[in-house]
Amino acid sequence: MDAGSDRQAGPMKHRTTAERTSERELVVTRTIDAPPRIVFEAWTRADLFQRWWVPKSIGLTLLSCEMDVRVGGTYRLVFQADPEPMAFHGTYLDVTPPSRLAWTNEEAGGSGQITTVTFEEKAGRTLLVLRDLYPSKAALDEAIASGSTSGDMNETFDQLDELLAARG
Amino acid sequence: MVQYAARLDTSFSALSDATRRGVLEQLVRTDATITELADRFHMTLTGMKKHVGVLERAGLVTTEKVGRVRTCKLGRRRLEEEAGWIERYRQLWIARFDALDEVVEELKRQEKADGRRKR
Repeated sequence: MDAGSDRQAGPMKHRTTAERTSERELVVTRTIDAPPRIVFEAWTRADLFQRWWVPKSIGLTLLSCEMDVRVGGTYRLVFQADPEPMAFHGTYLDVTPPSRLAWTNEEAGGSGQITTVTFEEKAGRTLLVLRDLYPSKAALDEAIASGSTSGDMNETFDQLDELLAARG
Repeated sequence: MVQYAARLDTSFSALSDATRRGVLEQLVRTDATITELADRFHMTLTGMKKHVGVLERAGLVTTEKVGRVRTCKLGRRRLEEEAGWIERYRQLWIARFDALDEVVEELKRQEKADGRRKR
């Protein structure tokens, strides 16, 4: 590695795509400037995961984050909310380091989608493909109609919208 | 606000009918002519035209006549709602991945430092 790349100011930004690929599936893609084993680590260590899954810009306060990353293991994220804290939880269905992770989303009011992430090595980088598969077309339509993009996180998006509006 | 309530009301009454909900579901899959919709829902052309008219007034469906054939598709409002939602969903992931980039850079630096120490 040459010295020039060491001095690079911050990580390079890649394009994020998101689309509804079928009646009941959403797909998100992004390239990350690191090999899959590093991205997988950031995704499976609770201390690292909570730093990016709940980015500051979202303005939510995470009260706790527990992750037992193995097949059949569970995760639980608790956010500060009014009138009472809000929990997101589920079970890991597939844990194949460093290439694949899948889990259920069982939060109250959630649509019961299954999230699968694959980490594919591409010349030292990682092509990340995330799929949210809903149990039915109606479940995804309902999630869209409710306006919430992640279970019951309407508030999250109001804050995100404000932030984006402020940025102009 | 009153306008919004009135619009919502039109939507709700448009959606209160099982056939009309069926027509919307059908149009999510693909555009269709009035004749095709009438066949599919075992209805007369006149009956289907009425249903499509209600959906059209609610902004849920648009129709276009080419020659003698009227084709129905999902209305802009419905499509805009979905597109807006997917864009917000994408924005959430952009924010997450930007933060993930930073965590990943830190891990890379750590790994490099550890590697140097081992040598």
